Parts: sequence; C-alpha cells; structure tokens
Amino acid sequence: MSIQTQHALAPPRVAIYNRPRIRAVCYQLLLLAAVLGLCFEFALNAKANLDAQKIASGFGFLDNTAGFGINQSLIAYNESDTYARVFFVGLLNTLLVAAIGIVLATILGFFVGIARLSRNWLVARLAGGYVELIRNLPLLFQILFWYLAVLGTLPPPRQSISLFGEIFLNNRGIIVPAPVAGEGAGAVIAVLVLSVIATIALRLWAKRRQIRTGRQFPLLWTGLALVVAPPLVALVVMGFPIGFERPELRGFNFVGGVRLLPEFVALLLALTTYTAAFIAEVVRAGVLAVPRGQTEAAFALGLRRGLTLRLIVVPQALRVIVPPLTNQYLNLTKNSSLAVAVGYPDLFAVFAGTTLHQTGQAIEIIAITMAVYLAISLFTSALMNWYNAHIRVAER
Amino acid sequence: MAVGSQPSYIRRAVLEPEPPPVAGAAATVRTRARLFDGPFNTALTLVSIVIVVALVWPTVKFLFIDAVWTGSSRIDCLSETVGREVGACWPFIRAKFTQFMYGFYPASEQWRVDVTYALGAILLVPLLIPAAPSKGLNAILFFGVFPVVAFFLLVGGVFGLPHVETRLWGGLLVTLVISFTGIMFSLPLGILLALGRRSQFPIIRTICVIFIEFWRGVPLITVLFFATYMLPLFLPANWRIDALARVLIGVVLFAGAYMAEVVRGGLQAIPRGQFEGAMALGLGYWRMMGLVILPQALRLVIPGIVNSFIALFKDTTLVLIVAIFDLLGQLRAAFADPTWATPVTLFTGFAFAGMIYFVVSFGMSRYALFMERRLNIERAR
Repeated sequence: MSIQTQHALAPPRVAIYNRPRIRAVCYQLLLLAAVLGLCFEFALNAKANLDAQKIASGFGFLDNTAGFGINQSLIAYNESDTYARVFFVGLLNTLLVAAIGIVLATILGFFVGIARLSRNWLVARLAGGYVELIRNLPLLFQILFWYLAVLGTLPPPRQSISLFGEIFLNNRGIIVPAPVAGEGAGAVIAVLVLSVIATIALRLWAKRRQIRTGRQFPLLWTGLALVVAPPLVALVVMGFPIGFERPELRGFNFVGGVRLLPEFVALLLALTTYTAAFIAEVVRAGVLAVPRGQTEAAFALGLRRGLTLRLIVVPQALRVIVPPLTNQYLNLTKNSSLAVAVGYPDLFAVFAGTTLHQTGQAIEIIAITMAVYLAISLFTSALMNWYNAHIRVAER
Repeated sequence: MAVGSQPSYIRRAVLEPEPPPVAGAAATVRTRARLFDGPFNTALTLVSIVIVVALVWPTVKFLFIDAVWTGSSRIDCLSETVGREVGACWPFIRAKFTQFMYGFYPASEQWRVDVTYALGAILLVPLLIPAAPSKGLNAILFFGVFPVVAFFLLVGGVFGLPHVETRLWGGLLVTLVISFTGIMFSLPLGILLALGRRSQFPIIRTICVIFIEFWRGVPLITVLFFATYMLPLFLPANWRIDALARVLIGVVLFAGAYMAEVVRGGLQAIPRGQFEGAMALGLGYWRMMGLVILPQALRLVIPGIVNSFIALFKDTTLVLIVAIFDLLGQLRAAFADPTWATPVTLFTGFAFAGMIYFVVSFGMSRYALFMERRLNIERAR
C-alpha cells in the first residue's frame, strides 16, 4: 500500500526502457524468441532436407523387419523380428552390462578405496597406483586393450585355457557351467526366498527389542543359519534338483555351459575397473570427511575397531559418498554405450548403429536413443535423491 | 539391572597402555611398525609384494629387457627369428610414428604441425608457471592469437600454404586439436550457462537448466552421432560443415554443460555480501560478474576445471567411432597392417599410446593438485 502511495507521489523519473522490470521481461522474451526461432528454423530445414533425400519421417519404421542377427539377446529374437524388438534387445543388453558393472565396480571400488586408507604403506601405495593408472587412461583405450590385446590373443577353442576344469577361456569367449533347474527346483528357491524374508523379519524384531529393552540378539549367526540351513535341507529332500551343465569340447567348439561373449567380458572388465577407480576416490574422500575426533571418541567410549567403523564412521561417510557415487553409476551406464567400439550388441550398437545405417532415420533413432539414456539418468538421480534424503542428518 | 544386560560394547577391563608413537624412531623400527605389526598386516604386506613383483617385473621385461629395438618388418619381431622370448616391438612404433603423430597429413607439410606445436608450447609453458611475468598479455596471445594462427597454419589455403583437408588429419594432431578447441570454447560457454542457471529471470534459468541437464544426461557418443548425422539435416542444404568441425561442435556443447556445473559450484561458494557490495558500488550486472564475482569464483574451481579438461582429453578418443582417426584410431588402423602382424604388436602399440595418454592426463592432474595447494596457502593466510 505504502509503495503505491510513494509511486503516486513521486512519478518515476527513469525512462520506460530503463525500468528493471521492463528490461527483465524484454531480455527473456528476446532469448525465448531466439531459441524458438532457432528450433523453428531447424525444423524447416530438416523437413526440406528430408523431402529432398526422400526419407519418410515418423516412427513407422519400427514395425519393419530388421533382417540382421544379434549375437546376444535376453529375449527371443531372430532376423525376422521388427526394429522395435531390436530396440528392446539392445536396451536389455545395456541394462545387463550396466547392472553387473555397477555391482562389481562398487565392490572393487570400496575395496580399493579402503585399501588406499590402509595403515600399511605398501597396500596404500598399491591401491593408489591402481587408481592413478586407471583414471589417467581413456576408457575406450582400456576397452580396446581388453578386447584386442587380452581377450583377442587367447588361444582357439581346442587349446582353451582351463580354470579348475570347469571354466574355459578361448578367443570365442569365456565358457562357464550353466545352472540347470530340474524337477523340484522351484520348491528349493521358494524355501530360500522364505528364509530371506524370515531373516529380515527377525532383524526388524531384534532391532525393535534392542531399542525397547537394550538386550541384544545374536543376529549374525541366527541369520546365517536361517538363510543357509532350510534351503540345504530342501535340496537334500528334493534330491539335488539344481545341477550344473558342464561345458565339453566337441570337435572345434564347446557344447553346453554358458558362453560369455568376448565383447561382453571386455566391456564389463573395462567398465568395472575404470569406474571402480573413481568410486575408490569417492569412498576415500567420504571416509576422510569424517573427523578424526569421531573415531577417537568412539574408541574412548570403548567401541572396538569393527563397531566404530560400522556404527560411527560408515553412517557419516555414506552421506558424503552417496551423491558422487550416483554420478559414477550414471557415468558407468552412459559409458556402456562405448560397446559399439567392440561390437557388443547394446542399445547404442544395435539401434543407433545398425538400425540407423539400415533405415537412415537419423532424427527418430538418435532422439529415441538420447531419450532412453536421459530417462535412465533422471530415474537414477531421482532414486538416489530419495535415498540421500532418507539418510540425511535430521537437523533441528 | 544385572551386569549381563549391560551393552556388549562397553569394556569390562582397563586396557593396557599403548606403546609410544614411533614417529621419531629409527627407519627400521618405523618400517616394521608400518608393514609388519601383527600377522594380518604382515600377510597384507607379503601379498602386496607378490602383486607388485608379478606386475612390475613382466612389464619391465617386456618394455626393455626383451624388447626388439631395431628392425624393418614383422620378421625382426618374431621369436623364431630373434631366437629368444620377444618383448615390445619398437620398430613397429618407429615405422608408424608419422601416422600416429600426423595421420595422413602430407609429408611435405608436416613442418606446419610442428611449428604449431612449438608455438603452442612456447606460449603455454610461461602461462602455467605462476612466477612468469605478464600473464595478461600471455593469456591474450595463447587464447586469442594462437588459435587463429594455428587455424591458418594447419588448414592452409592462405599465404601460399597449400590447403590440407581435415580428413587427412589424424593421430595425435586430431587428439590435440579436439582437446584444445573443446577447452577453449567450453569454458566461456560453461560460464555463460552457469550465469544463466543462477539468473533471477525464470525463462533464462529454465532454458539453461534444460540445456545443461540434457547434455549431461546423454552419453558423449550419442552427442557425436547427433553432430555427425543429425546436425547436417537441421542446417540449410547448401551449408556444408566439415566432419571434424561437426564433431568439434558436439564436443563443445557436451563439455560446456559439464563446465557449467563446475563453474556453478564456484558461483555458489561466493558469499552474498560480495554481490551486495558490488551492487552498492553501482556496478551493473556484467561488471559485477566480470570484475568481482567471476575472478573469485573461477579461482575457487580451478581444480574442477582442470579435471573437466582431463575428462575432455580422454573423451576425445570417442571420435574414432564416428570415423575420425585420432591417436587411438590410428593405433587401431596400424594393428590391421599385415606387415607388422606379430604376437607382440598389440601390446607394443597399447604401451606406446598408453604412455602418451597417461603422461598428459597425469601431468594435468598433478598441475591441478599443485594449483590447489597454492590457492589453499593463500586462503589460509
């Protein structure tokens, strides 16, 4: 109210084009017009170019027959399937290598990160050397190194390198025994799932009881017994329905077992070791971020080393670790698109690679591919933000 | 309550006093305390020694002891010819050296590349040494004059220099051109985007956020495909953009988005009082940013900026997927040459290229560390 009165009393002496509000609106409208104009211009050009090259736009091509084979697919696929199915085959392959890579890289990364903080000088230096070497070489260099130099120079199937007589390494990949589920395997798996659920329930109950009464429960041993014993009993009762099919050399190749493509193994090895080096740095920074006084206070209270780590250091370090860790997971997923360099049939290789070259639908295919990676990124970020909020310090 | 119900983590006996710290003790005592106190630590040390020996000895043996130093073809690098186990095949690198350095840049014009490298090095080195004088002039020469000179030197077509098409470029030349261009343009783009993201105008902010998050959310390889296959469709039909230039555009947009986030970190660390002080002095937006805020903010994030540069340098390898032959691309092409096909060619090539990549990246990261320490000393005062 008072502002209005002031304005009424003293009319502004600034010219209309000098008023901040007017200027702000003008600048923004100008930028918006420029961006929209650029988009419009792009669209016009694209239409003219496509018409000139006689390329039909739209997503109709997804229903056409692909006509090329894919050497690894998690869902049934053959050459007569459509491009839409190619898309899903590629997407699943991307998610497969990303998921396994994230799990392995996390384990290796935490291990190396902790090793870098070791009191043992040699262990710390060794871990430091690993991190420096891996971080300073391009990822594509490492993928090609594993693929061409390490896996590519393995002997042919007849001279396979055998590990324990069960796993075979040769230039066509790594052959491992395949699990085979016989009759009654379902029951064993059901028992296993029930045991895990029972252990989780027990943990919840034990924690609540400890908070209420202060009495502790030997959770580790009972939990282990609960998870291991019932499935074992079930296995014996059902007469060992789960077995392993061992690979055997017949003629020039192996029969039986599961063959991991050399492309897959090279990509997984490179992604895991590369991302692990970055995760190790994240973990180290997180642990160092917990003040030394926290550890000393815990020791002063009489907590042992293991308990200090578990109850004092790790919960505080995790708050620092989680956001950059999320970034590393996203990087790994995005980096899995480098599969195209070695020919692992991930989303990028089969869709933005082969399909693009066969159909020439550059705009649609690159837009879909970018959208998928964007969606994965945003979804992971959202999930990790939720987790981050969950473990945040409850401040007053 | 009974003693039994006491929480298990509380000690019931007084601990023995610990031995005094060994910092001042003799070297042997210190080593023993660090490496061999207790069975677990001793085991760790022994395992580490085994790993180090298992890694270092074969590497040294391969690179130096068993290496073949002279020769003219694959015959000289076969163990049957040499009569012993064969390590690195260095004649392979010597034979392919020009290809690794210049690609297919015409041999009679390669001096132009060398001159460009020399010029860049002469201008860059004093820029990196904090004690060297006249930083301002040096920076103008390096970031303003050098790119123009380098462009005309490398591309040619003026002053009687024959024109060299970019599809003949390759090897380390392309790696460095992409890295340098990416670094040159991504920093200003990143600063603009970061300012836009921190702007009080909602439309500008939204546009910048969408732009940044889009490029950060997709892999670089899709960006390169976008630049190579989609960009020509978006431009008027009579515009022809060089393949290398298209890739450069993609790299700059991608790196700019990452740079924006680094710079934003610096902007957020500047206290509000600095903005208010600049405004109270009557500075407008651009002067406030240029004279007061950005000099402080950019100094804070020098390590982050250098880390982005390292990432950019490593990412240049991806251009080989869109058929531009950088160092790694030339390496891969050289492996296909049957005159040098031996069991050790692959390892030799990877060792050579790996050393180049490692030296540059590691050098940059050490420099970032050095700058960080320097800045921290200044701030501590």
